[in-house]
Amino acid sequence: MRNLKANVLELIRRTSAELPDDVVHTIVRSAKQEQQGSNAQYAMNIIVNNIDMAKLKSAPLCQDTGSILFFVKAPKGFDQLAFEKAARDAVAEATAKGYLRQNSVDSLTGKNTGNNLGPGSPSLHFHQHRGSRVDVRLILKGGGCENVGAQYSLPDTRINANRDMDGVRKAILDAVIQAQGKGCGPGILGVCIGGDRATSYVHSKEQLLRTMEDANPDRTLAALEKDIVVSANKLGIGPMGFGGATTLLGCKVGALNRLPASYFVSVSYMCWAYRRQGFVLNSSGKIVEWLY
Amino acid sequence: MIQLVEPFTEEKIRALKQGDMVRLSGMVYTGRDAVHKFLHEGGRPPVNLENQIIYHCGPVVIKEKGKWVVKAAGPTTSAREEPYQGHIIEKFKIRAVIGKGGMGPKTLEACKKVGCVYLHAIGGAAQVLAECVTEVVGVHLEEFGSPEAIWAFRVKDFPAVVTMDAHGNSLHATVLEQSKERLKQLV
Repeated sequence: MRNLKANVLELIRRTSAELPDDVVHTIVRSAKQEQQGSNAQYAMNIIVNNIDMAKLKSAPLCQDTGSILFFVKAPKGFDQLAFEKAARDAVAEATAKGYLRQNSVDSLTGKNTGNNLGPGSPSLHFHQHRGSRVDVRLILKGGGCENVGAQYSLPDTRINANRDMDGVRKAILDAVIQAQGKGCGPGILGVCIGGDRATSYVHSKEQLLRTMEDANPDRTLAALEKDIVVSANKLGIGPMGFGGATTLLGCKVGALNRLPASYFVSVSYMCWAYRRQGFVLNSSGKIVEWLY
Repeated sequence: MIQLVEPFTEEKIRALKQGDMVRLSGMVYTGRDAVHKFLHEGGRPPVNLENQIIYHCGPVVIKEKGKWVVKAAGPTTSAREEPYQGHIIEKFKIRAVIGKGGMGPKTLEACKKVGCVYLHAIGGAAQVLAECVTEVVGVHLEEFGSPEAIWAFRVKDFPAVVTMDAHGNSLHATVLEQSKERLKQLV
């Protein structure tokens, strides 16, 4: 695939410096809900200003460019090894150019690798399909919000949550309470009900590939998604935890089958700087569509 | 809106109240996990920190044509430094800690004792805050890695909210209590 590295480099630049339209609209709308002269309004105005500035300067929205998560849906026969090489080269170059912060630290020695490469970084998820599209998506997820994600194993007696939808709701709202403003809210939640501990968390992050306005095809989950946003906003935590009208901008919930003995609820908390972008390539490797 | 301009005296700091919106001008020194652990364990600071401001930040700084240029400079989560912060505030007479997400009771106590405030910057506002850095005066402890080094920044009109003042008041404690009460009505 020609120009793959250059295309991925541009994907990284856009993801880091530009918020997708659907997220910007939601933020601008929410800013208007905050009280005049309040700390919450002060925060939202600076956020909106920052979004404009980052796009203009082609510079990172947030200095924590976070974990680099690639999700690739490609036809049978697609060269994953070549993609991985191109992605790694693009990540190193993006780091040298300042689109990405040097964010990869050896867990045993504490040494920063300097180029965002290292075991597990960047993270790549490949899904094969029988169509012809190559769909490449990237999420940059900062450490602050990553740290306030949580995985619940139901029943959880601390929060009085049983293995049912009421328990799921309690777990999600508990995650929001525990997070307060530390995840740089107003945030967006990606949630997975079920799975094993690993697949559950991955699927919760894949929920963050959905668009702000999309509808969950499952009625129970669609109702839960709406309720969580309304309920979380009633908690009044507000932007940055200053107190205010908007605590969550959205909530996307998926489900996987589970073991009879297990019932996990994984909550991935995404900050207001909801950096996700993607493109579709044609068979000669040209970008034919930007996805957000 | 309060203009908080250096020198950062105890008097100026004690005049601030929880909820005040400020614009800060003067020197700030970045420090995150590695620096805090280093100072807490008795490491000698490479700069004089008395009456100075610590900024919890791991900036993106690139050298362009021989000069340091700040590409992004938003705050990191302060909670990680709670085991160290109070002690460091007292030891060095720190006048303000800038970060995000707030800090805990040990830090609040030290703020009251010494005359220090917690200034909550807007998380993720890396470009707005980078524009506030008028000069990169220097960098120290680079061996900790770029995000973990002490970057000496001169800032102008840096926006922040006083969420923990020098009188024992914490907006974080208030919002936590209020939100927990409201949760009881929802579950």
